[in-house]
Amino acid sequence: MFDYIILIPLFPLIGFLLNGLVGKKLGKSFVSWIGPGTVGLSFALALKLFLDLLSLPAEQRVIEQIAFPWVISGDLQVNIAFLLDPLSAVMMLVVCGVGFLIHVYSIGYMHEDPGYARYFSFLNLFEFSMLVLVLANNFLLMFLGWEGVGLCSYLLIGFWFEKKSAADAGKKAFIVNRIGDFGFMLGMILIFVTFGSLNFIEVFKVAPEYLQVGSGLAVAITLLLFAGAVGKSAQIPLYVWLPDAMEGPTPVSALIHAATMVTAGVYMVARCHVLYLLAPFSLSVVAVIGAITAFYAASIGLVQNDIKRVLAYSTISQIGYMFLACGVGAFAAGIFHLMTHAFFKALLFLGAGAVIHALAGEQDLRKMGGLKSYLPATFITFLIATLAISGIPLFSGFFSKDEILWKAYSQGNPILWLIGFMAAGFTAFYMFRLFFLTFYGKPQFDVHRAHPHEAPYSMRIPLIILGVLSAIGGYIGLPQSLGGKNWFEKFLAPVFAGETHLGSQVQSHFAEYFLMILSIAIAFIGLMVAFRFYVKNPAVAEKIKVKFRKTYQVLLNKYYLDEFYGKVLVQPFINLALFFWRFIDVEIVDGLANGSANFVGWCSKVFRKVQTGYFRNYALSLALGVVIILTYILLK
Amino acid sequence: MVPLSYYLILSGVLFGIGVIGVLISRNAIVIFMAIEVMLNAVSLALVAFSQQMGSPSGQVFVFLVMTIAAAEAAVGLAIIIVIHRSRESINVDEVNLMKW
Repeated sequence: MFDYIILIPLFPLIGFLLNGLVGKKLGKSFVSWIGPGTVGLSFALALKLFLDLLSLPAEQRVIEQIAFPWVISGDLQVNIAFLLDPLSAVMMLVVCGVGFLIHVYSIGYMHEDPGYARYFSFLNLFEFSMLVLVLANNFLLMFLGWEGVGLCSYLLIGFWFEKKSAADAGKKAFIVNRIGDFGFMLGMILIFVTFGSLNFIEVFKVAPEYLQVGSGLAVAITLLLFAGAVGKSAQIPLYVWLPDAMEGPTPVSALIHAATMVTAGVYMVARCHVLYLLAPFSLSVVAVIGAITAFYAASIGLVQNDIKRVLAYSTISQIGYMFLACGVGAFAAGIFHLMTHAFFKALLFLGAGAVIHALAGEQDLRKMGGLKSYLPATFITFLIATLAISGIPLFSGFFSKDEILWKAYSQGNPILWLIGFMAAGFTAFYMFRLFFLTFYGKPQFDVHRAHPHEAPYSMRIPLIILGVLSAIGGYIGLPQSLGGKNWFEKFLAPVFAGETHLGSQVQSHFAEYFLMILSIAIAFIGLMVAFRFYVKNPAVAEKIKVKFRKTYQVLLNKYYLDEFYGKVLVQPFINLALFFWRFIDVEIVDGLANGSANFVGWCSKVFRKVQTGYFRNYALSLALGVVIILTYILLK
Repeated sequence: MVPLSYYLILSGVLFGIGVIGVLISRNAIVIFMAIEVMLNAVSLALVAFSQQMGSPSGQVFVFLVMTIAAAEAAVGLAIIIVIHRSRESINVDEVNLMKW
């Protein structure tokens, strides 16, 4: 029944090969079928597998499929093998489903681009790597997918590589991710040394016997793995690559830098929850980093003027929420938010793409405005996504975010809750600021020249589907306090069997209702403030900008962290590299090589005088040599 | 009967004349002849040893030397003729292109 799991990642790989090798020759319509088609096949198959999985009893929903052995070296045995359990099934559906919609959207968005086939081959390769990442049954195969998505991210950020800023952004993403991946690799090696295996099931089964709760080894392993997650999921201190990654095409931002790849870190932490539960210190690190990032990135998002950058900071902030959930042991809530976030953030990016498309490449919020009447479909779907991310009740983001805040309060501590709560207010404000600046007010672009037009159907339909998902996606995780069954958490429960032991469970629903009302209130406050600032009375916003000029400048310049990294890390490294180049390499290494050559050259210059060209000189030296040798032999 | 030392002294003198001829002469033909003298000096010594020891192997060696001398003469004279054709001279000091 589950024999064909391997086909799920295989389809996009075939798509990658076809598009990459012959796509350019066979033309755009071929690419448009193969690119989204292969991912669509994977999605259909993933749905089928998901339904098969549902038909099994809850405790049997762990399926391991070994395709073939991959690495066999001494004690190390790694298979190309896939693990299907509720957690990877959710990820698989999100990756295939959202991925498929974005592939379809890309047909419209990238149609004019000369690199059409290249674009789709990269996108297929990404889809393959991401599916390997989420379906792998061992750390090494997961790492293969992990690096694969990193490579695709690099290739797609720098897709318009003739633009220097895009090429630089690609490099930045790749290098910053290297730092985190190094931690992942070390963590993986430590796992193998400790447990003698890299297989998830084996490692997690023996982990409680091998490791004491809170032991140094457990903390080391989990923190190293978390370093990888911090890099890939753009958390403090390694988040700096994600805002720059917006140089890539907008569907790429939606797929890779919002919906799937950047949440891989959350998936990894959730996958390794057994290890994390053995290291409470690491868990609190995860929670604190998540909470601080959620707040920090949201505060930057308040004042950014580039539509995609606001969304990028919003993504960082939302992933912070997911880590906050994981850090307080509410892994299911984290994955739930991961899923709803994939819906509404992909929708926001695709909507932003439609806006950018309509305005012929304009990304500055201050030059938009009044698009409501020009782009009605985009307007409606964008509104749904904005409501969802802001945590307005009845939309998906409300349920998932509220779940996280509640868990942060009940299982973590009130300070974490407070940080997350304030970040939620910021979120509502910056999202509605973006929304109002884009769709309301007077058009700030040249109305006669720009002719904003609604996107073609290939772009509009994914928007509508994602809009529906953003609106209703939250109901599968309706909490018990609101009369739901929290189906999502129950579905994931077999995977996260250990989590309920963490922290004290508060039984009364009273606190939950109270916090819920507070978060609804702050979401509406954010909305109202944004409405007042950007629709009703724009002068107020200007006044506040002037009054808090210093704060505004700090936020606008992203706390000067890029400058700080540039001064403290990048510049010294460049200087060191220059030192190695200009001194060690040019002077010493080349000096040694050239020096020995020069020495030999000098010697031959001296000794070649012996070759006089006169026959009798040679004869004389011959005779003398014979005499010397004979004398030596005779005298011996 | 002539003692062996006489032969050997004659052979040594002949060889010395050959060496000096090679070293001081500039004429390629003369150098060539000096080399022949050296070869024949060696042949003389070989024959003398052969006679003294009653063994034919020294004489066999002499035949070998003569064969080689004949081959060498053929090749060497050919080279000298070619040099003479291109340079109108067989002075070895003028043939000094192969140098630094």
